[in-house]
Amino acid sequence: MTPTVKEIELWIADIPDPEIPVITIKDLGILRGVDYEDGNYEILITPTYTACPAMQLIETQIKEVLSAKGVHNVKVNLTYSPAWTTDWLTEETKEKLRRYGVAPPRHSSCSKAYGAVQPKTHCPRCNSINTNLISRFGSTACKAYHKCNNCMETFEGFKCH
Amino acid sequence: MKATDNLYNYCLRLGDDALILGHRLSELCSKAPFIEEDLALTNISLDMIGRAQAILKYAAEVGGKNDTEDDLAYRRAEINYYNHLLVEQPNGDFAHTIARQLFLSAFEFYLYGEMEKCHDKTLAAIASKTLKEVRYHLEHASDWTIRLGDGTPESHHRMQNAINELWMYTGELFEMDEVEMTLMRDGIAVDLIPVKTQWYNRIKHVLAEATLVMPEDSYMQTGSRKGVHTEHLGHILAEMQYLQRAYPDAIW
Repeated sequence: MTPTVKEIELWIADIPDPEIPVITIKDLGILRGVDYEDGNYEILITPTYTACPAMQLIETQIKEVLSAKGVHNVKVNLTYSPAWTTDWLTEETKEKLRRYGVAPPRHSSCSKAYGAVQPKTHCPRCNSINTNLISRFGSTACKAYHKCNNCMETFEGFKCH
Repeated sequence: MKATDNLYNYCLRLGDDALILGHRLSELCSKAPFIEEDLALTNISLDMIGRAQAILKYAAEVGGKNDTEDDLAYRRAEINYYNHLLVEQPNGDFAHTIARQLFLSAFEFYLYGEMEKCHDKTLAAIASKTLKEVRYHLEHASDWTIRLGDGTPESHHRMQNAINELWMYTGELFEMDEVEMTLMRDGIAVDLIPVKTQWYNRIKHVLAEATLVMPEDSYMQTGSRKGVHTEHLGHILAEMQYLQRAYPDAIW
């Protein structure tokens, strides 16, 4: 029996993000959709940042999950439009990030204007707003480093993108 | 000349800037002044290499010669690279690395801001993705320019030197030849005249805040649109292409 695109999407939606395993590729907005044409499934994914090194792994994992379900006629395609934004993260996803120790991005504040002031980030541990950005860049393209002046811990935060 | 030749050439110009500066910045991996900056420079490098991959992939499609993005990155000769002379300049001291980034990121910020609206769907999509990343690069380079310029006498002196020495490579950023004029009439290539004004004002603003002096316009280097480069590109390619030249088609 041929699975529907809905079923396919359901099967792959739970694949964890390789860098932040508490959230899925669906939560993060990387999984854009599933199409079926001429006997082939097309899975559309979008990178968070242009060079996100996890894309290849995600493609492999999608194929593995579907292969285990007996679906082999799969093509994974990359799309750049619409450009990924942290605005796609739901409140639930942000809560998962926070519990994992990564400060979630503040919503809808990703101004494209030059020099737009990035809002202060809440510490994911003690929730204090008394924090400082210590490095614009972090361990992955999508995160930056902050320090909490209240509990004195450093933490990673999602860049508003 | 076929109609697609212009688009192919334009994509190479855009892709090569990202590829060559991405490679230059990668040379600083583990050698930056401190760890946060090491992360910053290599993150910027990664953004640029990702963009190079996207644009060169499109160039390969447009070229229609069954090339892949890797063929274009690793198999061309020096004269067939069209990156601006600015991006192939050596990292030098940290002030040079930052001045080069400031000049290019400001250019890319306004360039991709316009390209987002162009008639070529692929380039427009890549542009709107790139724009967000480039803004971040520009903010980073601006912060450092201000910090060094308005810092100690030594850092001020070095930052001013770097700005002065790299200035002669900035004129070329705004050159438009027949390839770009034709594509501009088709609504694809970006008109660089307004970009130049915006770029100039942005640089002037940053330098003023950094207590640095804007260089006088003097002789400007040129040649990259025709594949004529400074001595530095050959050395970059010798390292970058070594593996594919020594072991053709190697994959991992």
